[in-house]
Amino acid sequence: MADRSAEPAAGNSEAVAAAFADGPAYVPYLVVGDPDYESSKAYVEALDRGGADVIELGLPFSEPIAEGSTIQEALVRSLDAGMTPERFFAFAEEAEVDAALVCMTYYNLIYQYGSETGPRPFVERAAAAGIQGLVVPDLPAEEADPLREACDEFGLDLVFIVAPTTRGDRLDRMMGNVSGYVYVQARLGTTGARDDVSDQTTASLDRLREYDVPKAVGFGISSGEHAERIVAGGADGIIVGSALVDVVAEGVAEDLSTEDVADRLEALSRELKDGAERGYRSRTEPVESA
Amino acid sequence: MSETESSTSEVGELSRRPGRERGRDDGKFGRYGGQYVPEALMPAIEELADAYRRYVLNNEDGFMDEFRERLADFGGRPTPLQRADRLSERYDTEVYLKREDLLHGGAHKLNNALGQVLLAKYMGKERIIAETGAGQHGTATAMAAAHLDVPCTIYMGERDINRQRPNVFRMKLNGSEVKPVTTGRGTLKEAISETMRDWAETVEDTHYVIGSIVGPHPFPVMVRDFQAVISEEAREQAIEKTGGLPTDVVACAGGGSNTMGAFADFVDDESVALRAVEAGGSTLEVDEEAGVAPNSASLYAGEEGVLHGARTKLLQDSDGQIMESHSVSSGLDYAGVGPELAYLVDEGRVEPVAVDDDAALEGFHRLSNTEGIIPALETAHAFGYLEEHHEELGERVVVNVSGRGDKDLDAAIEETDKRDLPNAPDMSMFTGGI
Repeated sequence: MADRSAEPAAGNSEAVAAAFADGPAYVPYLVVGDPDYESSKAYVEALDRGGADVIELGLPFSEPIAEGSTIQEALVRSLDAGMTPERFFAFAEEAEVDAALVCMTYYNLIYQYGSETGPRPFVERAAAAGIQGLVVPDLPAEEADPLREACDEFGLDLVFIVAPTTRGDRLDRMMGNVSGYVYVQARLGTTGARDDVSDQTTASLDRLREYDVPKAVGFGISSGEHAERIVAGGADGIIVGSALVDVVAEGVAEDLSTEDVADRLEALSRELKDGAERGYRSRTEPVESA
Repeated sequence: MSETESSTSEVGELSRRPGRERGRDDGKFGRYGGQYVPEALMPAIEELADAYRRYVLNNEDGFMDEFRERLADFGGRPTPLQRADRLSERYDTEVYLKREDLLHGGAHKLNNALGQVLLAKYMGKERIIAETGAGQHGTATAMAAAHLDVPCTIYMGERDINRQRPNVFRMKLNGSEVKPVTTGRGTLKEAISETMRDWAETVEDTHYVIGSIVGPHPFPVMVRDFQAVISEEAREQAIEKTGGLPTDVVACAGGGSNTMGAFADFVDDESVALRAVEAGGSTLEVDEEAGVAPNSASLYAGEEGVLHGARTKLLQDSDGQIMESHSVSSGLDYAGVGPELAYLVDEGRVEPVAVDDDAALEGFHRLSNTEGIIPALETAHAFGYLEEHHEELGERVVVNVSGRGDKDLDAAIEETDKRDLPNAPDMSMFTGGI
């Protein structure tokens, strides 16, 4: 297997690297097929218009142990509407977006795909569909060798999640294996939009400072102001999931048109992206003295 | 001091028995097992693996001594190995019953729950959470938490709550909080997912007491070691009472904790056949379109995959989505199984068999009216197996009576009324007939 420790910052995907190369990256997440295939395509394209640099596309699994209720319900809506890995790949091929696409799903779906045992067929198919990377929340670095090999073979990035509790040897091992960007989990718990920005975020970014890989912070970011504070605190990008999924859920609950929901997603995306850019400028431009 | 030392070495010897080494170091059983969990939980399970080594394997601070003492005084161990006279006659073979139904709480579950709650205290955790299916693990955890004075929250699927109301009352009586889980079909697998979510937020002061030999390392080996007291006693009792090892050990299998507990110390006795009886439900056919497997026979009919922290055998569709399992007994109603059992089945050491709902109910009535023991519906599958397969068994069979059936009376009456069972009493007066 490839030893990445000598080149921890080297990503496999040029598109993902480009997303972080020039200013802060806005990385939104939506569940593909929520609430149905065509609507979610309009929503993902709205994220792209709103300034997305990377889009994390959720492929629903029946037992999503790392998700809070907002995303769990979205995954159920998508499964109920008939989402499968094959339809997911078709979606990635059809979506008209400039942003790099990353697939977020659970390991069993990756492991089961195709006729051959192991993760390779899924990664091969994902690469063919234009997917640039994978995030697998139930796959710690210790179990990731077969998937990392397949990702290296087909040029996908493998993104790991760093929790507030990840330290020491485990952090080193993960940083030796990560490519593309690292997903910094802003606080303990499952996904879900919150109002606060945790001190755990700052502590995590401090621990990661020595590692030369883009750091995208996720979990609980819901407004432009949040995005600004997190990027000002040193993040290279922001990952936003539940706040966007909430917009889709409201659309379902209030029976809004696909266009209305897409407009709201685009507007919230602009707010988040603008916030991230303000945070970035506050880091790079000297603060005016009083 | 010398007394402590001698008991320490004795316990150390017990925990190093052959048959219990598998998986202890890395949680791997051949291709099965592992630690497939969200990153936020990794430090917790590493901390737990360390505590398992120190307290369970090395008896640090006298943990195993205290555990054994409490199992005896609070739990009522050892449980008897009893000859079943009528069944022995019926099948023309010696049938012995390992009476885990006589353990405090009425099921084998206390062995594990008491061990883990005590371990949580040794680890300095301040709160216990657990999932439950049939309510047996929930009630055992609630009892252990009350006994050891630790606050406890139990997650239980809404559908299971409706199927097992008496157990919900028991948990509340013991002071535990019971949280209904409404996602999915509201059974055990959703309750496990929900408990993992709680743990992801509260991991620093909370211990998750998993109820079976499932989940990420070290849970499968740790739960096996706590439950192995069943086979440890049964093996000694069999030798003492019958002059030799049994020819067969039979246990029902859902997640597999009573199964592995009953098998553990016999695994290295190659002459002993180990038979894991799974819930065949209504049929072993799978409805891929609806995502439903109308059974819970993951050893017999499942395929390799990753669920709830471990690689094991699962009931899943061709995409890898987990199926809704089914069994007349909610305690067996789970789409996965312990990774160690999956491994032992692949190795040919454990034979998996499936017994359907009808045969389980017949087994329920047979044990009730011939031996005076009302078994749990889970346990009843093992007796359904005896009836259907007794000709394949040797001359001395040990059956693990994993739990008693008081919790199942409503379900048993309802399910009996739906069927034309030859050996069931007339229950129509309880279901609105007559």
